Amino acid sequence: MSKRIDVKDLNVYYGNFLAVEGVNINIAARSVTAFIGPSGCGKSTFLRTLNRMHEVLPGARVEGEVLLDGDDLYGSGVDPVAVRTHVGMVFQRPNPFPTMSIRDNVLAGVKLNGKRISKSDAEGLVESSLRGANLWNEVKDRLDKPGSGLSGGQQQRLCIARAIAVKPDVILMDEPCSALDPISTLAIEDLIEELKANYTVVIVTHNMQQAARVSDKTAFFNIAGTGKPGKLIEYAATTEIFNNPKVKATEDYVSGRFG
Amino acid sequence: MTRTAGEMTPATSKGPDVTTTQTKTPEQAEGPRPLSAREGAGGDKIFSGAALAAGAIILVVLFAVAVFLIAQALPALVAPQDQIAGGKGFWAYILPLVIGTVIAAVIALVIATPISIGVALFISHYAPREIAQILGYVIDLLAAIPSVVFGAWGISFLAPALVPGYNWLSSTLGWIPIFAGPPSATGKTIMTASVVLAVMIIPIITSISREIFLQTPKLHEEAALALGATRWEMVKMAVFPFARPGVISAVMLGLGRALGETMAVALVLSSGPLLASLIKSGNQTIAAEIALNFPEASGLSLSTLIAAGLVLFVITLVVNVVARWVISRHKEFSGAN
Repeated sequence: MSKRIDVKDLNVYYGNFLAVEGVNINIAARSVTAFIGPSGCGKSTFLRTLNRMHEVLPGARVEGEVLLDGDDLYGSGVDPVAVRTHVGMVFQRPNPFPTMSIRDNVLAGVKLNGKRISKSDAEGLVESSLRGANLWNEVKDRLDKPGSGLSGGQQQRLCIARAIAVKPDVILMDEPCSALDPISTLAIEDLIEELKANYTVVIVTHNMQQAARVSDKTAFFNIAGTGKPGKLIEYAATTEIFNNPKVKATEDYVSGRFG
Repeated sequence: MTRTAGEMTPATSKGPDVTTTQTKTPEQAEGPRPLSAREGAGGDKIFSGAALAAGAIILVVLFAVAVFLIAQALPALVAPQDQIAGGKGFWAYILPLVIGTVIAAVIALVIATPISIGVALFISHYAPREIAQILGYVIDLLAAIPSVVFGAWGISFLAPALVPGYNWLSSTLGWIPIFAGPPSATGKTIMTASVVLAVMIIPIITSISREIFLQTPKLHEEAALALGATRWEMVKMAVFPFARPGVISAVMLGLGRALGETMAVALVLSSGPLLASLIKSGNQTIAAEIALNFPEASGLSLSTLIAAGLVLFVITLVVNVVARWVISRHKEFSGAN
């Protein structure tokens, strides 16, 4: 199940500090959207508002609306815990639970909130999730071994398997390849292409070639200076952003003149 | 380890020296830099020597204590049965004390561990920052209170306060041997002593556990939250597994103190022979027995007390070995790899 995301006039604050200002963006279902921009421009912060993970930091709050197929994630009575089961996330550094086996890592999210799952269902889900993350063939003989024994790229795919095991509508990726070697990066990029068939994928990346390779649409974020809020500068089809950007700052950034 | 590192360093830093002197400046004014004398090598040697010495001292002290205990205890261990206090030999004398010691320490742990982990978790993951800080200071202060103060508090306040509770226990649960009546009228029982011990070890377990809970990688906490975990589920998924070995160590430190605590038990417990009931006067721990009898002991009775100390030493050692084993059992899943 894939859902679209519509963001209206979103401001993100940390305490009194306005971190991201006035974001309007419409992300289609079953698409890959890349967020690019220099460090500190608020793209990761904005990404985290899409599953309310920014609330982990005390004092973080937002103004505006984030609609997931029309349902406001910040509406009254919305539980952030429930939001995160619909909008999954993959982090910058692979973070499988070190004390859990590969199997338990995949099932970690499924067993939450007191849910029970039969043994055969669990086996099926582990296999389908690991296949979905292109990891099954590499780990099928050692599902009981710790997830931390895998290589970095395998760990990151394990995290993706863990995220898709809970059957989210959207998968957010916060620089998922920045800690990986080129071969592992390629494996993840291929996987993103496949995930598009079933999920809405939003990826933050510092690597512009990566954005160009994997995404359908690209959003460029920028910041006027330190202490100023980050803003969405331009959002268009990826080919448009890289070949024919409308805004000067976008052109400077994608052509490597700064950033 | 330290020595190998010390020997390796000069070898690796010689390499670049050779190339620079030979290729770039073969005839410098000062001549080629020597290969042997390296500034700072002295510091390396001193440090590795000091580290080795520090490590060795610990072993030497432990060994010396063990040798002293065994040598001094030997007369009591080989003496004829009727000359030992109680008249039935050393093992008959020490067994009730061992049981009393273990019972008191175990009850203290059973009370203190859940409370400590709860408080530590509240400080590290639930309380607002200001409250957490204040609470942290208070806990650390509690750890600094001398045990004699705890003992005094135990006799003058806790023991009388627990008497109604003991009366209730014996009247409702008296059929269970450990709550058999009639309960002590003063409340100076092994149960009271255990509660005092629990209060004494709570700060130790709490402050170590708190430090460990705080060190849980943000990465793993966020992983759990991003999967839709509630805060408690996040704690179960990310914090506890990470903290497990450290918390076990903290509990073992607490157990060590509970086993060896002397003053508080000596003050609070009105000692006597081994009893199943925890709420009657009676029972005794090794440490308190030694402290109470040491001033008048001489000759064989002194040896007997030192032998009791040796037994306590062995118990503590066994406890620590078991703890190490428990921690190492899950090494593969510890996240260290």
